[in-house]
Amino acid sequence: MAKFTTLTARCAPMNLNNIDTDQIIPARFLKGTSKVGLGDKLFHDWRYDASGNPRPEFALNQPQYKGAEVLVAPHNLGCGSSREHAPWAIKDFGFKAMIAISFADIFKNNSLKNQLLPIALPEPVVLKLLSDIEADATLSVSIDLPAQTVSIPNQGAFPFSIDPYRKKCLVDDLDDIGFTLSYLDTIKAFETTHEAYAIQ
Amino acid sequence: MTNALADTPKTLYQKIWDSHVVLQKPDIPAILYIDRHLIHEVTSPQAFQGLRDRKLPMHRPDLVFGVVDHSIPTYDRSRPVEDPEAARQISQFEKNCEEFGVRYFGAHSDKQGIIHVIGPEQGLTLPGMTIVCGDSHTSTHGAFGALAFGIGTSEIEHVFATQCLLQQPSKTMEIRVEGKLSEHITAKDIILAIIGKIGIGGGTGYVLEYTGSAIRSLSMEGRMTLCNMSIEAGARAGMVAPDEVTFEYLKGKPFAPKDKAFDEAVAQWRQLTTDVGAKYDTVIELKAEDIEPMVTYGTNPGMAIGISKPLPTPDQMPTEDEKTELADALDYMKVEAAKPMAGTSVDVVFIGSCTNSRIEDLRDAAQIAKSRKVATSVRALVVPGSYNVKRQAEAEGLDKIFTDAGFEWREPGCSMCIAMNGDQIESGQLCASTSNRNFKGRQGPGGRTVLMSPAMAAAAAVTGKLVDVRKLS
Ligand code: SF4
Repeated sequence: MAKFTTLTARCAPMNLNNIDTDQIIPARFLKGTSKVGLGDKLFHDWRYDASGNPRPEFALNQPQYKGAEVLVAPHNLGCGSSREHAPWAIKDFGFKAMIAISFADIFKNNSLKNQLLPIALPEPVVLKLLSDIEADATLSVSIDLPAQTVSIPNQGAFPFSIDPYRKKCLVDDLDDIGFTLSYLDTIKAFETTHEAYAIQ
Repeated sequence: MTNALADTPKTLYQKIWDSHVVLQKPDIPAILYIDRHLIHEVTSPQAFQGLRDRKLPMHRPDLVFGVVDHSIPTYDRSRPVEDPEAARQISQFEKNCEEFGVRYFGAHSDKQGIIHVIGPEQGLTLPGMTIVCGDSHTSTHGAFGALAFGIGTSEIEHVFATQCLLQQPSKTMEIRVEGKLSEHITAKDIILAIIGKIGIGGGTGYVLEYTGSAIRSLSMEGRMTLCNMSIEAGARAGMVAPDEVTFEYLKGKPFAPKDKAFDEAVAQWRQLTTDVGAKYDTVIELKAEDIEPMVTYGTNPGMAIGISKPLPTPDQMPTEDEKTELADALDYMKVEAAKPMAGTSVDVVFIGSCTNSRIEDLRDAAQIAKSRKVATSVRALVVPGSYNVKRQAEAEGLDKIFTDAGFEWREPGCSMCIAMNGDQIESGQLCASTSNRNFKGRQGPGGRTVLMSPAMAAAAAVTGKLVDVRKLS
């Protein structure tokens, strides 16, 4: 994957609380065995009607939001199922970051592991950003991950928090598995005294 | 470590966390050891492929266990899987397990079932363990006093390669339910009442520990139902400290320790309680007597209410957002504000899922179905959680009660909980369901889901509408 440092990009609004991963990618599209191509199915049942035609009122079908790289939503984005297909689909569609008031736990973790940056900002900031981008799709936000700030038109620059290890992984494109495997000897030493009940 | 530290009272969660930390350094998450890794066909294929791409071995295949459950059809297993994508996913899963030496129950195993039913009934789930699975309802296993939580596919690959996860500790929340539950009130009603109270984001960042006399009185099946839905409150995990009920359940289970090893394990497991004086970050209390049969009325599990209570109205909501959200949910569900859910017509009844498909759940439902008939307008199906549950139910004659009443009696799997395997409701239909999620379209595009206990679902089946099971004549 690519390193994540700064991003200046337009936003797409998804103005609903508690968007669950079943809406982000419905279960019937989880029968594949690969990670690619899921962008086509992103928000499938909201994007298309029962006969498969795009719903014109849905933001991601509107030309002014084409090319947006930041998804913006209010509270508790990504709740429900742990499917990593949700961040895969969001990433595959072209998004690189998400701004919300809050994120569901597993979804946030899964996103960070796919170089998709979740940024939590205070409620009034997110709500104003949502209404501003609904009114004017050309607005761009600027994310500076090393500095941990987002600049938002009409509002100013805001700091955001991120786990220092996760930040390092994104900025340097580090790999979790490689990191943990560097402690394999420590893990093996732990195993000599730890009862884990092997399946016999 | 000083004595003072060693004597610091700890919560159950802290005890399990501490005994699994392999390494803790400043500025990096802890490396946490995983005792049991459960896998299924939907979230694991990309992780197996990742391991192959990196040319890495699986570190501890002897701690991993797999089962097919999500995309498997619930019709006669001797028939081939009709959906080519599901067939490919299932056979790929079996191949992956074979290649890496992982024990599994495949499509034709007579022990197959839903992963969260299989783990406990096979004794793969034990107190004090860390347990993960690429599935959010892994929280189920916390019923045994284990720390069990759902992970994504990247983390599955991480556990395959290292048998560890990188983790930050969670906050702890005690949910204390004291008192005596009235007749027909089950763990499902308790958990729906809890989520209705704290909301679907109320548990975010927390591990929940359920305590109190009402929780202690629950069977293992009930505790599993309770812990299962912890994730619906946004919590990482839910747990109940193990006690005699737990040890009794585990005795003689195929993969549980045997004889002397079992007694030694029980002695260890008895230490797994929250110490007197240990502090939780948050405490929530509920009175068992206040809980009535619960149903959901909206499009997430937090929109839950007593069957006879009037639904909230959008203007009562404090913020504009919540007004819109509630109005949208009521509109989608085609239910009316200020009226109770009782009396709403149902089209489909689904008794199953990792929340409520165990033997006790089927007994509860059968007790209501007995000598009654499914309403003519209703399609009702019972999907046992595993072949063991199915055989046990058949030995008790429950299958006969269900089929005589007009229920379909199916083969085990996730089925209509997630509608991946062909079992689904049609657009506009309303399903009284014992599963755990009432998100829009969860049981089929355009479908409407009302969550409830098995007895309530059976009552809906025989009357054709939502009723208070206690009022059934
Ligand atoms: S029964 Fe439903 S919630 Fe449980 S594991 Fe299967 S799909 Fe997930």
